Amino acid sequence: MGSDIKVQVKNLTKKFGDLLVLDNASFDIKKGEFLCIVGPTGCGKTTFLNLLVKLIEPTEGQILIDGEPADPKKHNLSFVFQEPSAFPWLTVEQNIRYGLETKKVAEGIIKERTDQIIGLLGLEKFRKSYPHQLSASTEQRIVIGRSFAMHPDLLLMDEPYGQMDIKLRYYLEDEVIKLWKATGSTVIFITHNIEEAVYLAERCLVLSQKPTTVKSEVVIDLERPRNIADPRFIDIRQKVTDMIKWW
Amino acid sequence: MQTRKYDITNIILSVCGLATFFLIWHLSISLGLISERTMAKPGEVVSTFIAKLSEVQPDGDTIQNHFLTSFQLSLYGFIAAIVIGTPLGLLMGWYKAIEYFANPIFEIVRPIPPIAWIPIIILLLGIGMPAKAFIIFVSAFVPCVINSYVGVKLTNPVLINVAKTFGASNWHIFKTICIPSAIPMVFAGFRISLGAAWSTLVAAELLASTSGLGYMIQMGRTLIRPDIIIVGMLTIGFTGALMAFVLNRFESKIAPWRAKK
Repeated sequence: MGSDIKVQVKNLTKKFGDLLVLDNASFDIKKGEFLCIVGPTGCGKTTFLNLLVKLIEPTEGQILIDGEPADPKKHNLSFVFQEPSAFPWLTVEQNIRYGLETKKVAEGIIKERTDQIIGLLGLEKFRKSYPHQLSASTEQRIVIGRSFAMHPDLLLMDEPYGQMDIKLRYYLEDEVIKLWKATGSTVIFITHNIEEAVYLAERCLVLSQKPTTVKSEVVIDLERPRNIADPRFIDIRQKVTDMIKWW
Repeated sequence: MQTRKYDITNIILSVCGLATFFLIWHLSISLGLISERTMAKPGEVVSTFIAKLSEVQPDGDTIQNHFLTSFQLSLYGFIAAIVIGTPLGLLMGWYKAIEYFANPIFEIVRPIPPIAWIPIIILLLGIGMPAKAFIIFVSAFVPCVINSYVGVKLTNPVLINVAKTFGASNWHIFKTICIPSAIPMVFAGFRISLGAAWSTLVAAELLASTSGLGYMIQMGRTLIRPDIIIVGMLTIGFTGALMAFVLNRFESKIAPWRAKK
């Protein structure tokens, strides 16, 4: 069991002054797992993510990757933010290369991975385009591609499709699954859309209202591609919805 | 084809604007609204300009030589301002220690008008080329620093966080995120600096010059030759506009992602 655990979150607690935002959250993530985290709006999901990638330091507790404390300089972390975050001054190709170049990966590997991601995203003809020449959804796909190109130890996605319409979301959700399978990355995907969580995740963590704790977890063992009209899918979605109920 | 039609319309509008300006200028003199002793007609300005291409009288040099002296002077001051001011502003924007170190000095120097430097510069550097170039440098330096500084400060924090999560060092973030992100502001600063450099030029050439457009303008005033004054003014105007144009072209070379917008 021990060897296939990739990320361990132990008693993670965060206080801002007297305000307790995150209270003693603990869970493990297996290597190559796709984990979704759902929770009510304003429950501190972003704080939680920022802690995981070390943008802020926890008050107590720790995050271990392969048994060592998480460190962006040592580990291969990647974050897809909610806001558009493609670098406007880099072309599609240069954007995808950025993380790998930052990590000083060998040129041969950079080229191979970049080609793979551009191929998977079907962006061959936009290789030399700048983000502002493309649609907002394509920009977000570049950002997601840039993160997967890292073959990250841990990839965090903070409601990356929050601003897209339903039709596009289905398409992009399928694409994310394709990238995840091709790269074998370990993914934490945060969303407040329960259907999206059930569609994507192998396992789903439900967070409570502030101060946030992990309220419960649901294993989703439906085969892929999933059908949102499948009675079993609807069952699980209902179960998660009942757990989360904040209204 | 639609854009081409608009292009032609725009060019016609610009030409009409210029023509109106010259017409009003010409009419206001020929109708006697402005005395011919205090103002030259556009036609006279053109003929003086052509004459000045070969004649050194009455102000001592041809227009080309005046132009070259001034151009060289403003270029020295301007380039020195860019080379020193831009890196300083960029570094101040990113590194807190440099900001705290340099900002108080800069804030005190900033409000001093470039012309107020003239007396102390004469004492320090005399009245030669270095003194004049220094005054132009002072005027062009301030916008270079401010814009580079603000450009870095305005970097989207999300982009900085992206680089941080990839494990980028502080220097790598500065180099690959802050600098490219600041480029539009930096170039806006260059344009302001360029304007400042040329407007200080005339003041700088008050320092015992024997050549230069500022000197030529001064001579025109002494000799009551409005045509010479206006030739000097327009030469500065055209050169400034040309340099701004070159700067824009340079910007689209350096920042192609902005040009394609």
